[in-house]
Amino acid sequence: MSQIAFYILSFLSVVSALLVIFSKKPVHSVLYLVFCFFTIAGHYVLLNAQFLAAVHIIVYAGAIMVLFLFVVMLLNLNADIEPHKDNVLKVSAVVAGGCLMLIMTSVMKTADTMPIIDSTNQIGVVKNLGLALYQTYMLPFELLSVLLLSAMVGSVLIAKKEDIENLPQ
Amino acid sequence: MELVLIIKLILVVAVFAIALGIAAYSTYGERKIAAFFQDRLGPNRAGPFGLLQPLADGVKMIMKEEIIPAHADKTLFILGPALAMLTACMTGVVIPWGSTIEIGGAYYPLQITDINIGILYAFAVVSIGVYGVMIGGWASNNKYALLGALRASSQMISYELAMGLSIVALVMTTGELSIGEIVRQQHGWHWNVIYQPLGFLIFIVCAFAECNRTPFDLPECETELVGGYHTEYSSMKLGFYLFAEYINMFISSAIISALYFGGYNFPFMDSLGLSHNMVTTIGVFVFFAKVIFFIFFFMWIRWTLPRFRYDQLMNLGWKKMIPLAIINVLITGCVVLLLNKN
Repeated sequence: MSQIAFYILSFLSVVSALLVIFSKKPVHSVLYLVFCFFTIAGHYVLLNAQFLAAVHIIVYAGAIMVLFLFVVMLLNLNADIEPHKDNVLKVSAVVAGGCLMLIMTSVMKTADTMPIIDSTNQIGVVKNLGLALYQTYMLPFELLSVLLLSAMVGSVLIAKKEDIENLPQ
Repeated sequence: MELVLIIKLILVVAVFAIALGIAAYSTYGERKIAAFFQDRLGPNRAGPFGLLQPLADGVKMIMKEEIIPAHADKTLFILGPALAMLTACMTGVVIPWGSTIEIGGAYYPLQITDINIGILYAFAVVSIGVYGVMIGGWASNNKYALLGALRASSQMISYELAMGLSIVALVMTTGELSIGEIVRQQHGWHWNVIYQPLGFLIFIVCAFAECNRTPFDLPECETELVGGYHTEYSSMKLGFYLFAEYINMFISSAIISALYFGGYNFPFMDSLGLSHNMVTTIGVFVFFAKVIFFIFFFMWIRWTLPRFRYDQLMNLGWKKMIPLAIINVLITGCVVLLLNKN
C-alpha cells in the first residue's frame, strides 16, 4: 500500500520538478514547484513525519512560494519579453550544470544506503522531534535561530537603505 | 473494522453536506441580517420568508452565461475557483463535531480523523487557501483583479503570523496539537477562552482577515477595485468564489468554537444523568449553536464596522497584532513554567 503511494508520489514529484524547468510561463513554473512541494510533503507523511510534512507545507507552499508568486506576478514576466541569452552564457551554463551533475552522481554513488524505515518508526512524532532538537541538538538549533535572526535584520537593513543614508552622522 | 469505515464514510458525507447547507443558508442569513441592520425586509419572494432564496441564487448562477476573457490564462482561470472551493472544504476533517457514540459497547468518535498534528493541518490548509485567490486574480489578465489578488495574499500572509503565534500560546497551555484532544481537555466549562483571552482575541481578528470579511475585505473592495480578484468572473465560477467565502466562515467559526469555546462540551454535562449517546447528541447541538453564533458574529461585525484603509490594515497586522501575540506567548510561557514548578 505505502509502496504504491511511494511510487505515485515519486513519479509526480519528478514530473512536476521537470515541468518547473520546462514550462514557458514563470507563473506556471512557480505553481508546479508548489505542487512539487506537496508531493515531497507526501513523502514525509509516508516516513511517519507528519509534523515535518505540515511545517513543510506551511513554510514553503504557504509562505515562501506565495511571495515568489507575488514577485513573478508583479514583474509580469512573459515568454516573449524574456531577454535573449548569448551563446557564451549558454555554454557556460551547460558546463556548470554538467559539473553539478558530476558531483551529485559521485556523491550518490559513494553514499551509504540508509536502512528502510518501517512505519512504526516514531522519530517524526512531535514529541520525539522536540526532545531531539532541544536536548541533543540544543546548541546548533539555537545558533541556527540566531543566524536566521541576523539574516532577517540584514534584509530589513537593506530595504531601509535610503533612510539610513539620510541619517545625520 | 468494517463498521468504523462505514461510520467514517457517513461522517464525511454528512460534514460535506452540512458545510454546504450551512454555507448556503449563511448567504440567506447574511442578507436577512443586513436587512435587519438597515431597517429593510431582505429577501422575501422565493418561498415562505424567502427561504428558497439560496436555491434561486444557485440556479441563477448556474444558468448565467460563462465568460472567459480572451487574454486570460484559461487553465489557471478555471483552476482558481476550484482551488478556492477545495481548500475551503478540506479543514472539516480534523474538527471534532461531537464526542463519541456508543454502538454495541464500542465507542466511535464523531471526528473524521484525529491526526496528532490537527492544528498544524488546519493551519497548513489556511495558508494554501490564498492560492485560489492569487491564481484567479492573475489569470484574469486584469489590473484590478491582479491588485485584488496581491492585496489578498499580502493580507493573508501578514495575519497568518499573528494567528500562528496565538495558536502557539494555545498549544503551550494545552500541551497538545491534536484538536480532538484539545476539545476533550475543555470538558465541562474549562474552556480555553478563560485561559487564553488575549489569544482568542488575536485569533478571531486574524480569522476575519483570513476569510476576507469586513473590516478586512480589501481584496474585493468595490469602491477601489471594481470587484477585486473576481472582477472577470461570471456564472458558477464567481459563485464558487463567493460560496467558498461562506464555507470558510463556517469552518473558521467551527475552529474558534472547538479551540477556544469548548467544542461540544457544555457546563454540567456530567450531572444531567443522561445516557452517553444522549449527552453526545446534545453536545453536537451545542457545538452547532456555538458555530452559528460565531457565523452571526461575523455578519454582525460586517454590517457594523466600515472597512480599513490598506495602510491601517498592515499597521494593525504588523505593529499591533504580532507584538501582542508575542507578548501573549511570553506571558503564557511564564505562567506555564510557574504552575509546573509547584
